[in-house]
Amino acid sequence: MTSPLTPLLTPLLEVRNVRKTYPRHDEPGRRVVLDDVSLTVSPGDVVCLIGSSGSGKSTLLRCLDLLEPIDDGVIEFQGREISDPLVDPRVVRRDIGMVFQAYNLFPHLSVLDNCTLAPRKVHGLSPAAARDRAHELLGRFGLAEHVHKHPDRLSGGQQQRVALVRALCTDPALLLLDEITAALDPELVGEVLDIVRDLAAAGTTMVLATHEMSFAREVATHVCFLDGGRIVEEGPPAQVLGAPEQERTRAFLRRVLPD
Amino acid sequence: MTGSATDWQPSERELARRRTRSRQHRHRVVVATVATVVVLGVLGAALVLSPGWPRVRATFLDLHHAKESLPTILDGFWLNVRMFLIAEPLILIAGLALALTRQARSAWLAPLRGLAVLYTDVVRGIPTLLLVFLFVFGMPALGLQGIPSSIFFWATVALVVSYSAYVAEVFRSGIESVHPSQLASAEALALSRGQTMRHVVVPQAVRRVVPPLLNDFVSLQKDTALVASVGLFDALFAAADYGNFNFNFTPYVVAALFFIAMTVPLARLCDVLARRLARRERAGAL
Ligand SMILES: Nc1ncnc2c1ncn2[C@@H]1O[C@H](COP(=O)(O)OP(=O)(O)OP(=O)(O)O)[C@@H](O)[C@H]1O
Ligand SMILES: [Mg+2]
Repeated sequence: MTSPLTPLLTPLLEVRNVRKTYPRHDEPGRRVVLDDVSLTVSPGDVVCLIGSSGSGKSTLLRCLDLLEPIDDGVIEFQGREISDPLVDPRVVRRDIGMVFQAYNLFPHLSVLDNCTLAPRKVHGLSPAAARDRAHELLGRFGLAEHVHKHPDRLSGGQQQRVALVRALCTDPALLLLDEITAALDPELVGEVLDIVRDLAAAGTTMVLATHEMSFAREVATHVCFLDGGRIVEEGPPAQVLGAPEQERTRAFLRRVLPD
Repeated sequence: MTGSATDWQPSERELARRRTRSRQHRHRVVVATVATVVVLGVLGAALVLSPGWPRVRATFLDLHHAKESLPTILDGFWLNVRMFLIAEPLILIAGLALALTRQARSAWLAPLRGLAVLYTDVVRGIPTLLLVFLFVFGMPALGLQGIPSSIFFWATVALVVSYSAYVAEVFRSGIESVHPSQLASAEALALSRGQTMRHVVVPQAVRRVVPPLLNDFVSLQKDTALVASVGLFDALFAAADYGNFNFNFTPYVVAALFFIAMTVPLARLCDVLARRLARRERAGAL
């Protein structure tokens, strides 16, 4: 399951038999959203989660960030079980960065303050050090001129890039990206994906949910196809996207790939 | 947009349109003026021609008595202003503290949370005038050592107690209106619950509740007059004092004008802030 390039490294993230249910609002009982999901992520891996809407991609990412409690299974991060209720989620999240589909920037703070809040308040960086780091990353991602603006003055693509920088400012060991281009106009998708491509090339470990199949084929070291809360097929992108074995994977790819 | 700004001349059609527009504008101004004058004239005539008008004018609108009573009412009004200025910041602090207590998640704070709910429920159920009586007459009657017995002190406390319950609810609605996705991203950045409140939720909530808060303060300014009923020499008490002595009610009108002079600017400020907020939220929705 580990990427062929890094077979000897211990996994950064290990997910075993995770189950997640939500209460049904109309009838008794619970609906299963993640069913027996297992996944291994080694340092430097870029894992792409694909699957139709409602297949559980966002839910899986939220469970990994401990934003949702799981109903069964084990999640290990950096060799420690983080699904243990005795583990403080805040300690875990210090090393995990998460970017949401709808950016979720803080509207009352400037771009710079959005990016320095967690480094200052959580990671104990001095204001000057946090500012320098944010300036450097914002500059690298073409946002230097927007540093002092408020998020509502930026385009969607710029806001999503700021959200990426905000997550990167704390130097996370693992980056979780939830369909970060889904809310963007087609011509803005490229500028955000370029950043992710750069991060992948720099060796950043990422788990990302995406609808961009060509992008997944290009950057992923590993692709998981989710359907109805289960990982139906997984493997290197060339195999899952190029020569899928499962009929459900083929049906999904026929629907999303134009050719 | 097209063509340079220098060689553009309005077309014949545009000039005609402008003439029509200014004619329409003049027409609207004339209609509005005439309508206002007619309505005010009818109301004024109904008042002045009513059989009791001479008596009313003599007892409520007497210039001599207005001048005579002005200095004492002004003195009394200064007490209202002082009480308002002291109570307002205390109410803001107490209200925000109550609202935050109700939002707290820590198990240690469970008893405080219950008390905060009880406090807002009970206090909002008691008429403010009754609270003033309870504090002004009840607290000194306890005879406890070191407790101030000043009426001004306890009347101010009563207003703070009463209004902080309302203001707490205003703050709470603001806090609850902050979208859960904001909490999720603060959580994902590993901020603690307290840091999330302090840096993410409360700043956004406060911005949203400024108009309803100002509304409560307009109401507080008027309610400082309740202290007249416990014998504090405020604007209303001064007016009543003068009126009863001289058998003339003009001082009441003078006192009312003072309160209007204080509340109208605040009410206009409410409007301006509410409008600006609405515009900003619309801009965000685009
Ligand atoms: N808070 C919740 N309460 C109840 N059901 C939920 C909740 N969140 C998600 N679900 C359900 O869980 C299922 C998986 O949702 P999820 O958001 O993970 O899908 P997804 O794969 O991310 O879809 P999309 O591609 O549309 O983002 C959906 O059927 C959804 O209705
Ligand atoms: Mg999703």
